[in-house]
Amino acid sequence: MAILEILTYPDARLKQESQPVENFDDELRAFLADLEQTMLAGPGGVGIAAPQVGRFQRIVIVDCSRTRKPVPNHGRLFIINPEITAWEGMASGREGCMSVPDYTGNVIRAEKISLHYYDPQGTPQQLDAEGYEARAIQHEIDHLDGLLFLDRLVSRRNDLFRRKVYQ
Amino acid sequence: MNHWYMLTLVGKDRPGIVAKVTAALYDGGCNLGEASMMRLGGNFTIMLMVDFERSSKALTDLIGPVAESLDLHLHLDRIEGRLHQHVEPDVRITVYGADRAGIVARVTGALAEAGLNITDLESMVGGSEDKPIYVMQIEGIAAEGIESLQAAVDVIRQDGVEAHLEPIDTLIG
Repeated sequence: MAILEILTYPDARLKQESQPVENFDDELRAFLADLEQTMLAGPGGVGIAAPQVGRFQRIVIVDCSRTRKPVPNHGRLFIINPEITAWEGMASGREGCMSVPDYTGNVIRAEKISLHYYDPQGTPQQLDAEGYEARAIQHEIDHLDGLLFLDRLVSRRNDLFRRKVYQ
Repeated sequence: MNHWYMLTLVGKDRPGIVAKVTAALYDGGCNLGEASMMRLGGNFTIMLMVDFERSSKALTDLIGPVAESLDLHLHLDRIEGRLHQHVEPDVRITVYGADRAGIVARVTGALAEAGLNITDLESMVGGSEDKPIYVMQIEGIAAEGIESLQAAVDVIRQDGVEAHLEPIDTLIG
């Protein structure tokens, strides 16, 4: 296993769209192990996306079991080719990112989501997430579409909703 | 080696102030750091970190005529500062109520006693002329824990103002 280098903005590669995974093989699973180790080595990160380490495939890891205050969570999730199939509610919360050091900002996210995805064996999975975990999943999936939380900032002073629709 | 100054400009608000001021600073060889511009009571106010290798007098000579042409009061301080000094707030407190003298002092006093280090405070007077309401949002670091602050907020509430506290749990992804 290895700790991979995290790309940091303004690296233009963070703004590109990632492609779906087609081969659910040992190489993928070895990469997932490295990606997880990279996430754990970071400063309190609850998620990481493959493009953050320069691999432009639709792969994210989310683990909200390690937060300072316990939040509802599904433990460590390997999420491949994710698709959010339903959203409910909207809430503002503070976010930061390993690819954007030394800056945090307020972002509006759905409070509850339904997610369809594939696990590392290529088996279809489905889950419903809420609150902090839902926020983390949305933050990571944005990376797959070349979006950073900076693209979704709302006012630091007022939690204003921008006229921006979720994709 | 950076030479940071804090430039403060205050005056009657009008469109285009920031553009004119920052253009003059750029043309004069300054780099800008962090800034906070707000309209307060119809006044334009800005505090701006300026990185400038020459003297305070040279910077005043550079920006003074621009400030004067815009009817802005100028104040300049040499500061011991640098970028990337952010601290993350972990709590947000909102207070609102009928506007009356002493709200800010009472609220911030109670919070300071309970261990709050304020990182950001903004307040507005809204409502109508005859029934003004005061709204204040404070972010900060709860040095002695959220519970101690919550107790202070409960005390503030007994004072006839609404107050609520919410933790800020920053998500790093």
